[in-house]
Order: sequence, then C-alpha cells, then structure tokens
Amino acid sequence: MSKLKVLTNGFLKENPVFVLVLGTCPTLAVTTSANNAVGMGLAAAFVIIMSNVIISLLRPVTPNEVRIPIYIVVIATFVSIVDYVLQAYVPALAESLGIFIPLIVVNCIVLGRAEAFAGKNNVFDSFLDGVGMGIGFTLALLIISTVREIIGNASYFGHPIKALVGNEMLIFVLAPGAFIVFGFIIALVRALQKK
Amino acid sequence: MAKKETSFLKLVLSLTLITVVAAAALAAVYTVTKEPIAQSIIDKKNKAIQLVLPGFDSKKGTIEEQKVLLKDLPDSLTLYIAKMDNKLFGMAVETYTKKAFSGRFDIMVGFDTQGKILGSEVLKANETPGLGDKIDKKKNPKFALQFNGKVLPDFKLKVKRDKGDVDAITAATISSRAYCNAIENAFEAYKMVMTQYNTPNSIDSTQTTK
Repeated sequence: MSKLKVLTNGFLKENPVFVLVLGTCPTLAVTTSANNAVGMGLAAAFVIIMSNVIISLLRPVTPNEVRIPIYIVVIATFVSIVDYVLQAYVPALAESLGIFIPLIVVNCIVLGRAEAFAGKNNVFDSFLDGVGMGIGFTLALLIISTVREIIGNASYFGHPIKALVGNEMLIFVLAPGAFIVFGFIIALVRALQKK
Repeated sequence: MAKKETSFLKLVLSLTLITVVAAAALAAVYTVTKEPIAQSIIDKKNKAIQLVLPGFDSKKGTIEEQKVLLKDLPDSLTLYIAKMDNKLFGMAVETYTKKAFSGRFDIMVGFDTQGKILGSEVLKANETPGLGDKIDKKKNPKFALQFNGKVLPDFKLKVKRDKGDVDAITAATISSRAYCNAIENAFEAYKMVMTQYNTPNSIDSTQTTK
C-alpha cells in the first residue's frame, strides 16, 4: 500500500464514522455544535495518532495474548493526558466537551485502529493511518454538526444566522435529529462510493 | 511445561512494564497540570463574582467568604460577601439546584443589599445541548438576563406555567424551573446571612466587634 493511500484511507474510503461506523456514540452526542465537533475531533485525532504510534512501537514486546489490555492502557493514558491538558490550558473547551473526553477511551475508533492497523504495521504507516483517521473523524463530525447546528440552532460555530433565527428545528439538536442526519449522510457516502 | 511458564512470565512482565510506564507518564502530566487546573477554577469563580456584582471594585473592596447549609440541601452554599468602604455592597452566592434535568447544576447569583438580583452566571451545568443549556446567557441571552434587576421576594421565582413571573425556555421547562430553584436557594442563604446585618447600611457595628 502506498503511503499516500494509507493517509487518505481514512478521509472517505474507510472513513471511521461513515464507512466503518465506529465511534457512533460520541459522534451523535457531540455534534450539536461545530465548535464541539472540531474540539472533539482534534482531541480524538491526537489520541488516535499517539496511540497508533506507541502501539506500533510496542509491537515487538507485545505478546499476542495480552495485546488488548496493553492497547487499552496506552489509549487510556493518552486520554487522561488530553483531559488534564485541556482542563489546565483550555478550560472553556474542556467544559463544553465535558464527559466526552473521558469517553474517547471507549471510542472504538481508537481501539479499532490499534487492532486493525497499528498492531500489524510499522511506526510510520501507523502514524499516517492515525493522521488520516483523525482527519476523517474530525471531518465527519464537522459535516454532521454543520447540518445540525444550522438547522437546529440557527447558528454556525456559535454565530447566529440571522435569516434562520426563529425557524430553528429543535429536533436536529436532539438525539433523533442526530440519527436522521447520520443516516442521510451514510446513504450519501455509500451512493458516492458506488460510482 | 517449562515453555508455558516462560511465556506466562513474559506476559506478566510486559504488562507490568507498560502499566508502570503509563503510570509514570500520567503522574508527570498530573503534576504539571495540577496548578493551572486549580488556578483556572479559582479564576473562573473570581470572574463569576465580578460578573454578578457589577459596580463592585475588587481593588477597593474586600470579599469575605461564608458557608451556609440549607436544611433541604446536602452541600453548603458559599456566600461571597462584598464590602466597599466598610459598607456592605452585596453578595455573590455560589448556589446549585438538585432539580436540573441532568441532576444538578451550579450557578453564581449576585444580590445587592435590598434583595435585588444583580446578575447570574452558570458555573457548571450539564443540561441538554441545544435545549437546557440555554440557561447559559452565552447561548441564549433572554432567559438568564430576565432576572437582573428583579427584587426578591416580590418577583415570583416560578415559571409562568407555575403561575410565576419567569419566562421559561421553550422546550426546557425543567431546566428553567431548576434555574429558579437555584436562585431561590441562593436567596434563602442570602436572607440568613443578611439577618446578621440587620440594618443594611451600617454593618460595621455588627462585623467589627472584637
């Protein structure tokens, strides 16, 4: 596989959210606003990249029988680091992401990539895969939150859109709206891929 | 048999090694970020006090802390008693409600000496994004700002549906009621402390007895 392919794999072809359908819980939960989506996406991207690199580095000393616990320890460590750092230096973002930062631990994208890619490939490829998946995840969150925030809250990145104020469709910021948008976008991505 | 034992030893060793390294890394990050995290919590509180007591100059005045435990609530409320030129300026009350949609949220409410609400700020809330989180005036100015300038207890701290004076947030009546409840709790604590200052404008006599 060429390096470029490894990198761009996560953008669309194997987009973690729309194609692999991993990490749906945080995806649906944080995409109420574009700000949250970008924050969550970047935090998760950092964890995916770092854990991919470390897990790939640890390959020689990782016995097959205990690889999952080792992956989880590595991932959980990075999540805690992200959590502390955000709370210390970007408290506003830490607050709006709230519970979802600790939830990166159970985000299957991270463990999924560790198991499917980083545990089998070299460090550089794992790094590229992490970057690609991180970007793919962030993009996916941004796309869903764009639809939801504009229609549901008449704003984008927190800035009100005057033309729409008063016509917000509340359902789009609630859970059902998340599923509706999610479903339509998956359908669209599949239609695009079939071509 | 011997082979199995070495592999078991290897499993234990590799897992132990990795957890030890992870623990060390975490400890390091924790030590570095401990100060800034504590500082950012204090900053936030000070900023909130400043915001709910407009007109109070923290350089000229002093702030005293007092904790009050209300009978129906498990945790005590913290009152920040602000004085300027030896006169009581007002109080910022760090209050909370247990009746929020997600259980609990914490707000800061500022009162002047006559029971007038000067301002309120959300400190910590986990209400539904897009609905209940509109209690925060950054998300929806109309709701939280309607309390400013209202004098308690003349102003009925209930949503209109409960025959009060408060305009609730559309589709977030529970969060709106909870906000009223938090202010009510703050007012209870405020009243208790105010009795110590029986004549609102001359507090020196009661406070500086040695």
